[in-house]
Order: sequence, then C-alpha cells, then structure tokens
Amino acid sequence: MANLTREDILKLAKLSRLKLSDAEVEEFTAEISEILQYVQMLDDVDTTGLKPTYQVTGLTNVSRPDEISDYGISQEDLLKNLPARDKNYIKVRKML
Amino acid sequence: MDTWAPIADIAAAVNDGKTTASENVEKALQNIEDKAEFKAIISLTADRARKRAKQIDEHVKSGKPAGRLAGVPFIAKDNFLTFGGETTAASNILKGFNAPYQSTAVENLEAEGAICVAKANLDAFAHGSSTENSDFFTTLNPHDKTRVPGGSSGGSAAAVVLGMAPFALGSDTGGSIRLPASFTGCVGYKPTYGLVSRSGVVAMASSLDCIGPFARTVSDAAIVLDVMSGKDPLDSTTIERSKNSYTDLELDVEGKTIGIIKEYMGEGLEPEVRKLIDAGVEKLKNAGAVIKEVSLPSLPLALAVYYIICPAEVSSNLSRYDGQRFGYSDLDAKTLEESYEMSREKGFGREAKRRIMIGTYVLSSGYYDAYYKKAQTVRTKLINEFSAAFKEVDFLLGPTAPSTAFKIGENVDDPLKMYLIDIMTVAANLVGVPSISVPCGMVEGLPVGLQLMAAQTCDRELLSLAKAFEELNV
Repeated sequence: MANLTREDILKLAKLSRLKLSDAEVEEFTAEISEILQYVQMLDDVDTTGLKPTYQVTGLTNVSRPDEISDYGISQEDLLKNLPARDKNYIKVRKML
Repeated sequence: MDTWAPIADIAAAVNDGKTTASENVEKALQNIEDKAEFKAIISLTADRARKRAKQIDEHVKSGKPAGRLAGVPFIAKDNFLTFGGETTAASNILKGFNAPYQSTAVENLEAEGAICVAKANLDAFAHGSSTENSDFFTTLNPHDKTRVPGGSSGGSAAAVVLGMAPFALGSDTGGSIRLPASFTGCVGYKPTYGLVSRSGVVAMASSLDCIGPFARTVSDAAIVLDVMSGKDPLDSTTIERSKNSYTDLELDVEGKTIGIIKEYMGEGLEPEVRKLIDAGVEKLKNAGAVIKEVSLPSLPLALAVYYIICPAEVSSNLSRYDGQRFGYSDLDAKTLEESYEMSREKGFGREAKRRIMIGTYVLSSGYYDAYYKKAQTVRTKLINEFSAAFKEVDFLLGPTAPSTAFKIGENVDDPLKMYLIDIMTVAANLVGVPSISVPCGMVEGLPVGLQLMAAQTCDRELLSLAKAFEELNV
C-alpha cells in the first residue's frame, strides 16, 4: 500500500490540482513512499475502545448570532488582490 | 549595536517621555540594516511604523499613556497579516499580497502601543524546520553563518537574537517556535491551543496551529502573551484566558513536581545536549523541585501521527490558493482547470506540494480510515498518557531538540530526516498543551534549549517555572 507508483503520484497530483514536472513525479514517488512507510508504525498500535480526537480543548459547536458586523473593511480592500477583475466581479477563465 | 531594555522598561520610558517611540523605531530599523547579512527579514513596514510612532509620541506629549507596550518595536513572522507592506508567508504564490485586514494578535499588540517594523523569513507556509524551504532565501544562524536558525519561524528567532527588536511573533504547528528558539538561543513560547487567536495568520494545520512570542527573557515573552491572548469572535477555537495576568509569575519551585520525559532522554539525543539538560535538572532539584522520571509510551509514535494529521490539514487549507481571488495567477492559462493547475504549479514550492500530495493521499477514500482516522485515534492515546502524567507531576521536562543547529544543506535532500528534527516538539501540538523552550547552555558555541510543558491552561504556571529556571541558570 505504501509503495506508490508513478501513476499513483499522477493521480494524486490531479486530485490536488497540481501540475508536476517529470523530475518532481520521480522524486515524489520515492519520497512520499518513504514517508508513508514511516507512518505505517501506527498500523500495529492497539486503539481498541478509543475514539479519534479532532479538537483538543473540547469545544463543540461554537456558534454566533447570525448578524451583520462591520469589520471596517471596504469592498475595494477585499477586491484589491484580485489577479483579474471586471468592475466588481472576479474574472476567471472559461470553464470548458 | 545598542541592545534593548526589558519590554516593560521600554514602554515605561516612552510613557514617561524619557525616550520616544520614534527613537525606538529608528533604532530597530538601524539594527535590521546592520544585520542584513543574516537574511532574517523579508520586508520592512518602515513607513507605517514611523507614522504610528509619531502618533504614539504625540499621544504621550498630550499627557496620555500609550499602553503597556508603548513604542515597543516588534517583528512579525511573514505569515501574520499586517498593514504597511506585503504578507507573503515566504511563498511565491502570495508574493505581492496586500492584506485587507490585520491578524488579531497584531491588532491586540498595536492597541497597547507596540509597533510592527518588519516581517520575518520562514519556511514557506511554515512548512519546515530550517527556513531552507522559504521560496526566497535561507536565514543564517546568528551564532554560525554556515548553520540554519531552525524553523519554521527562523527569521523571527534570529531577529530577536540579533537585537533587531525586543520581541518577535511566530507560529508553532509542530515546534516552529520552540525549535528555532533552541537553535538560536532565545525564549520561544507555544501557549495552550486556542489561547491566542489565529485570525489573520496564514493557516497551516488548524487543529495544531498556535501563535506565540520570541523574546530574550521569559518576562518579556509573558507580557507579549498577556497582551495577545484571549477569546476572539474571529477565531471560534479561542478559549477564555486566565483572570490573572500572565506576567504575575511565582518563582518558588520548592515542592513543584517535574517529570523528566524518559522517551526524550535516550537514543538519538546528542550526549553533550543531554549533559546540559541533566545539569539544568540538577539546578531545579537543588532549588527544591521534586524530580521524577515519567514515561509516555506513545511518544515515539507522535511524529508519525503528526505527519499524517499535519499534511491532511495542510492539503485542505492550501486549497484556497487557486489563482482566482488573490495570490499568483498564471495568466497564460486557457481554461479554469488549467488556471488552477498552472498557478499552483508555479506558486507552490517543493515542500508545499509534497505536503498537499501526502494530505490528499491520507484523506482519500479507501485510505482515510487507515491513515487519518487511525492517526487521530492514536492522538487520543497520547492525550490520555499526558493527562495521566499531569496527575503525577506539575510539569514535564526534556530537550527541545535532539541536537544543536545543523549545517545549511545538510538535510535538504531527505525530507524524512528533516521531519525527524521535530521529534521532541510535535507532541505538545497534538495534545494542545503549552510548551516553552528556554536557553540552557552552549555546546561548541551553539545554543541548546530546554523544553518545559504543563497541562492545558496552566500557561502562567509554566511561565513561572521557566522564569525560575532562567534565574537559576544564569
């Protein structure tokens, strides 16, 4: 399971929306396999009766009133970092 | 080069009109320039800093105090959103990004009169242990220019040790404050998970990320923590802070129980580092602390747990860098799909890509239970062992790192070897407990850090012990 193939890496890259160079594909195939082999030490750990921990301080369902707050940030401030813009719209490439 | 007075004294001098905020800012900017060769800094926020200093000085002149950190300059790791310049997280994908708002931590510091003068280098997106993963350049260790300062907050640590500012901010996901503090010889503090808001700090692994200070003394770190901490509506994971000030430290160690972590003192620990840790323990013992050996049997699994959970959360947090709303966008792309892939290909460095890929793998259907869920369950085991330990002892003690700072380039070709450097720091993040690295001595001219931990929310007690140790270790 932990020995990844070139095809596995290409599939992961696709899922991750990453384009990789041939050199990267080769390096990642070896490196990520090695890292996954290292973490396999967890396979044999007995965790009978234990539940996973996703939040360490025990907070659950933190909610807030659904009200509009003014954080003092203008629309212009939020739009100033757009790579491509048309008036107040985010301009993106065509989908197909 | 001028060094700095204790932070409380700097602020008092500004509030009393003995010095000015403007003088402090100029001094910091001059020190940064004088030490530019160490490459600790990515960018200056000089114009805004000078403007703020002038406002503070006018405020004081009009007879009003300007806060507990009046006119105290500081340096923020460049993954904190700040006004007055770019916030890049040392990544090509965020180059040119101008934050529309500031991180809560920085806002809280500014409200008490502190002034951000510069942004410090880091491993891009805080992925690393040496700053060698910065997309821009590697920071040099202040004690030896051929060695790394540790990471990921290596620029912040080096900046404090080089005297650029009295304190700096870092983030710690698996040791990124404590490791560079150990490698450069300053105090680095990772608070209880949730004590300091992460709003406005570039997210890495959200169930682990903590914000904390670098300073030359524990008292300086404590005052910064005291100003930054507390509940923030913009970060729903924040917890209530203590009603007592974190600067109100109790120095008597008589009768305090300290557990030496067995798993950190054995194989893999450099003998010279061990000698210094043992000597530190002896000093605490002579001061009246009760010393015990404590075993946390799952600790050798912590790094494996970390290197599943961390990349999983990284892959999720870095999905927002899609080249559409902010950050680098490859304008040669023809379709939206191409735009995502090409922007991310060119914008992300090797380590970010590696972690995104590992994270995607361990979260993908078919492997989720075997990796991610299993890691989170072993995390529970670790938490249970820490809880049991803290019934027996007040504090845990060990080295911050198994060695002193390594050579630049020594580990870059072996990601797993680089990951192993965090072996003694990741557990505190997985368990959410506060942890501090304090200077403990030198081996062949290189600093060694002693790591202390306490139970969740015992930040004041932990800072107290650290300060007591600092005084014993003079």
